[in-house]
Amino acid sequence: MYTASDLRKGLRLKIDNEPYVIVEFNFVKPGKGQALYRTKLKNMINGNQFERTFRSVDNFEPADLREKKMQYLYKEGDKFCFMDNENYEQVYLTEDQVGDAVNFLLDNIEVEILLFEDRPIGISLPNFVELFVTEAEPWAKGDTVSGATKPVKVQTGYTILVPTFVSEGEKIRIDTRTGEYLTRVKG
Amino acid sequence: MRDEQFYLARKSGNLRLRAVLISSIRRFFEKHLFLEVETPLCIPAPAPEEHIEAIPSEDWFLQTSPELYMKRLMAAGYPRIFQICKCFRANERGNRHLPEFTMLEWYVAQFDYHQLMDQCETLLIDAFQSAKQMQSIAQLPSEIHFCSPWHRITVADAFMQYAPVSLEEALEKNRFDEILVEYVEPHLGKDRPLFLYDYPRSMAALAKLKEDRPDIAERFELYIGGIEIANGFSELTDPVSQRRRFEEALAFRAGENRAKYPMPEPFLAALENLPPCAGIALGIDRLIMILTGTSTIDDVVAFPPEWL
Repeated sequence: MYTASDLRKGLRLKIDNEPYVIVEFNFVKPGKGQALYRTKLKNMINGNQFERTFRSVDNFEPADLREKKMQYLYKEGDKFCFMDNENYEQVYLTEDQVGDAVNFLLDNIEVEILLFEDRPIGISLPNFVELFVTEAEPWAKGDTVSGATKPVKVQTGYTILVPTFVSEGEKIRIDTRTGEYLTRVKG
Repeated sequence: MRDEQFYLARKSGNLRLRAVLISSIRRFFEKHLFLEVETPLCIPAPAPEEHIEAIPSEDWFLQTSPELYMKRLMAAGYPRIFQICKCFRANERGNRHLPEFTMLEWYVAQFDYHQLMDQCETLLIDAFQSAKQMQSIAQLPSEIHFCSPWHRITVADAFMQYAPVSLEEALEKNRFDEILVEYVEPHLGKDRPLFLYDYPRSMAALAKLKEDRPDIAERFELYIGGIEIANGFSELTDPVSQRRRFEEALAFRAGENRAKYPMPEPFLAALENLPPCAGIALGIDRLIMILTGTSTIDDVVAFPPEWL
């Protein structure tokens, strides 16, 4: 069981026998009042979202989810096709189910497919991925500590804001939960 | 170049504004003949409040507010004191909450809560002027007008105006906080800073009750742009009813299985000599949030806890 203090963005809960993920989370508390946990929950099967506010005394059941390694094959129409490497079975996910993971999906890479009671319902990305910068404006020298950012493109075609000192060909680490740049990776 | 330098460099404007604001606040209090004081951060007994959790430190606690010690100074005859210090509260982390945050707190003898609202308004208008002189940085939200007079509305009226249920109904169903946060707060201080005042007795363990309405405490909160910035009240100076209110709060805490706090006996003893006065606590970090137009408190401190 989870308690209210476990709640955070990305946590998966079982509510009314369906898996939900917390897509927005905010801790609120009037100065002398009680702590409240405002969440926006997304149904992991049909994508429906709703808002709910919890109190510190509330308890939650974790969603029973497991992951299985599969290979990303191709996209056909609005379906993404993956292959189970153990039994060569193919499974399909919709664009909704793939969601923002499309920004980090390269052909033929191995991904974790998320199963809820043995049904494929989405992709489970690692929290961090490393991708090469494929398009970037050159770095204007002297602009080291201004804290300015610029957009660059990575291998998957995803556009991301990075510090101005990042250049084309470099590898960067991205937080897949926020889609934001974290740091440069050496080598 | 390390990324930490990048993230810290991005905050330089906010951190400079923070320094300007704090020094202009100090100047204001010096000009008005306040004494700046320092009270201990590590204390044996925090104020027994229902919903504020102290962080233990060995057998003692880190202070959740400097209130008890500042009132002990007032009781000893210091008529105007202020302090800018760190306060610590367990389990408080969000866009507007840090478990370690900076509080400005001040007390004035012979003031009541309405006089203190006036003074708070004067102080902040003064501080905003200093901030505005840093034009490149300060982004006072253009839709909010800071000139006097700021709005004042009672809690009961605010519920009537904005909430789907009345204040009485919200209290009865134990939904006061929920409804305040959901329906009322977002409207407060939208076009002009606003003082919300006259709280239900149960929401103010250390405030004086109104003489003609003992169900109402002379407590107020300042809101700017929907954000709670400060909390103040006419201080409760009667040790007998203060002890009873603390006992109620401690009983509530015991019922909810929350940490036990010892009764702050030296504070209750000092209360015998506390003159009529009013006091207020103001969140410095949130004030900088308003001035910089940021939606997360992480942007106005150099190191949020996750970076340590």
